[in-house]
Amino acid sequence: MSAPTLDRSATGSPDEATLQEQFDATIAADRRIEPRDWMPEGYRKTLVRQVAQHAHSEIIGMQPEGDWLLAAPSLRRKAVLLAKVQDEAGHGLYLYSAAETLGADRADLTDKLIEGRQKYSSIFNYPTPAYADVGVIGWLVDGAAICNQVPLCRSSYGPYARAMIRVCKEESFHQRQGYELLMTMMRGTDEQRAMVQDAVDRWWWPSLMMFGPPDDESPNTAQSMAWGIKRHTNDELRQRFVDMTVPQAQALGVTLPDPDLAWDADSGHWRFGAIDWEEFRRVLAGDGPKNAERIARRRAARDDNAWVVEAATAYARKHERGAA
Amino acid sequence: MSEVTAEGGHGAIPTGPEVPVQPRARAVQRDWPLYEVFVRGKRGLNHVHVGSLHAPDDEMAIDAARDLYTRRNEGVSIWVVRAVDITASSPDEKDPLFAPSGDKVYRHPTFYEIPDGVPHI
Repeated sequence: MSAPTLDRSATGSPDEATLQEQFDATIAADRRIEPRDWMPEGYRKTLVRQVAQHAHSEIIGMQPEGDWLLAAPSLRRKAVLLAKVQDEAGHGLYLYSAAETLGADRADLTDKLIEGRQKYSSIFNYPTPAYADVGVIGWLVDGAAICNQVPLCRSSYGPYARAMIRVCKEESFHQRQGYELLMTMMRGTDEQRAMVQDAVDRWWWPSLMMFGPPDDESPNTAQSMAWGIKRHTNDELRQRFVDMTVPQAQALGVTLPDPDLAWDADSGHWRFGAIDWEEFRRVLAGDGPKNAERIARRRAARDDNAWVVEAATAYARKHERGAA
Repeated sequence: MSEVTAEGGHGAIPTGPEVPVQPRARAVQRDWPLYEVFVRGKRGLNHVHVGSLHAPDDEMAIDAARDLYTRRNEGVSIWVVRAVDITASSPDEKDPLFAPSGDKVYRHPTFYEIPDGVPHI
């Protein structure tokens, strides 16, 4: 929030070197930076980009699964999916709220998303042609998101870290409902099992790409880690995800589509094959199967509902406190 | 390619300087006012700040806060207040506002030495 400040200091504001020193000391002591603290411009901008795009990903992330709301096979599955999609909207709003403490503005961020000037996660540019995709998104995509987000609960920026704590609590339900859905299908017919395996085949590699390019192609990771915005490197998180997921795949009875996947007893990690970064770059650049559709739908949601925003504003003005 | 980081929760996204961060006035004016939200988790606890939201008026701010911040029984009572109506102290950790309590260690019970044998004190 940007509340007005009662300035009682007689000495005026401290110089920038002193402010930088105080900021560095707060980071070094692993304490949190709060909204109205002085912060370096680079720190603020990095956070706005990261938090805004995290928010965009949650909002766009409603679409691939939202397509299944009416087609889910039972009332129970519809209720679960509806709760999940509603959570994604909530996560987006927690994050826009955090971004606004940095001087960003929600309506403006939405415009930037629709204009393609800010991005969202490329994972949501893949299609969801089968109901098993709902389960696999919960298991793999939300599982990968949890790997990313749990360390962010300790992010150096207070409002972001607090938003992440709320998000992580809710993601756990997302992952478990997905895995349970897949277990149910795996106990079903051959056709259902094949549907699950096909969905796993399509989502496994994009899920690994969610962690971003390898560390040697991420030149700014060091700065983000020094600022306490980022807590682990991309490769560390990806390895953690693979190690967690392989036993889950075994328990489920599906095969992960990687012939090079092998247990390495020396390191205690699962080794995996090479990731197709060309595909990642293509999808990120806008050439994924669903990029245009996702943005068109978000644009329609904004434009088609603009009259609701205007009507509510007009009603509020008319009934303003103290108005005659 | 531009800098991409995984720290966007659901996956890698560009975070390089080519991504704009400054808001434009046109969009800001279009949106509803910002409210800060406080939730009482259960009877016996204080209301605690949980975040913010945009709403056209007080009543809809309460409804939106219910949907956004108490989807899992997180609250029994909600306060909303327009962000512009909040007055705050300076954020500086060395704010002179707090100086008067800084040197009054005698306000704490640990300031006083009591022999070990004295009970219930």
